[in-house]
Amino acid sequence: MTHDHSHGDDPHGHAHDHAHDHDHPHGSELSAVEARVRALESLLVEKGYVQPAALDALVEMYETEIGPHLGARVVARAWTDPAFRARLLAEATPAIAELGIGGRGGEHMVVVENTPETHNMVVCTLCSCYPWPVLGLPPVWYKAPPYRARAVSDPRGVLREFGVSIPETTRITVWDSTAETRFMVLPMRPAGTEGLPEEALAALVTRDAMIGTGLPLSPGAEIRS
Amino acid sequence: MNGGQDLGGAHGFGPVVPEPDEPVFHGAWERRVFAMAMAMGFTGAWNLDGSRAVRESLPPAEYLSSSYYKIWLEALEKQILAQGLATAGEIAAGHSTAPAKPVARTLSAEILRPRFRAGFPSERPPGAPARFAVGDAVVAKVMNPETHTRLPRYVRGRPGRVEALHGAFVFPDTNAYGRGENPTWLYTVAFAAADLWGPDADPGGRVTIAAFEPYLDPA
Repeated sequence: MTHDHSHGDDPHGHAHDHAHDHDHPHGSELSAVEARVRALESLLVEKGYVQPAALDALVEMYETEIGPHLGARVVARAWTDPAFRARLLAEATPAIAELGIGGRGGEHMVVVENTPETHNMVVCTLCSCYPWPVLGLPPVWYKAPPYRARAVSDPRGVLREFGVSIPETTRITVWDSTAETRFMVLPMRPAGTEGLPEEALAALVTRDAMIGTGLPLSPGAEIRS
Repeated sequence: MNGGQDLGGAHGFGPVVPEPDEPVFHGAWERRVFAMAMAMGFTGAWNLDGSRAVRESLPPAEYLSSSYYKIWLEALEKQILAQGLATAGEIAAGHSTAPAKPVARTLSAEILRPRFRAGFPSERPPGAPARFAVGDAVVAKVMNPETHTRLPRYVRGRPGRVEALHGAFVFPDTNAYGRGENPTWLYTVAFAAADLWGPDADPGGRVTIAAFEPYLDPA
């Protein structure tokens, strides 16, 4: 396995820590952290505290089953079904559960709606709280100091770094996830999508659009970012 | 605590740099740290608030220069030691030399999906009526605990307004230390950006936090 390390100027040691992935074809030399993690897993398995099959299943679940495609389904449903949208905004957790979505890290969901007047953006300044059942595990930038520091004090500047510019007349509300309530943004439905079926609409909904650091794609540009 | 984790409003960390086509994990060891932290949390040896308290107790220089899962790894080892689940020698050797300490439960692959799908709700029956109502003017307390709290520094002493009442939830400030769940009312409190950042604020902007009742005073 190889990864793009183009973010190697990351000041938080991230690139350094995964520079020697032991999946790597030339991975004969284990880095200190890899050796430490292997030792810890051996110990916890030997003690009977963890089961290797459960660890494998956890990884598989969060790498392949739970991710932003689930949140995109929720958004697409809200765009096409006004009664669902009303339930979602009133009480998000049971509404999301109607689609068979929910669970750990999303027990207490709140969905906030973007309008021409208000743009919403989600952050966790204190750690990394993120709505796992609808978005999966958070990207590195969401957990790293630059975003956590400035999302609350300079949201418009942060949006610019994502290439997003919203009208001066649109006010920004930032949701700092300081408790077990978890926030997802319901973005505005893009123009030119009248009559598109739910599945085609879901393909326009990016992860960042549901965090509030992006906007949905326009039809014909369904390349996930 | 006023540790390295309390980042809201800090300067000097540079721009946000999203990684195109970012994988869920960067390398195999991150996968295993994530999964071990989940599975060990499931044993009941500690709770989520306790994990956050340990992670944010890392010296700020170390916290801020470590990758996310490196912080998780450091905290996981500390918690295992603190709960007497293994010794430092065993952790260093990666080999057990003493009997295991009994744990309440272990996570199996079979129960993982239904159990995580059900989730681990934090809402509890309230022990007392709510002190504040939607629309109330409040002030975030000025407080300075050396222990775990979820009131970020950047709102302390600032005026806000109650926007929602979520119910009574496990109180992290006590639960982190095994001192009880103490179900506590949780509110959405909105602050005008100008009340937080003054003339440098985004015009018309607002910031909301989820605030536990003891974090608030009437305005």
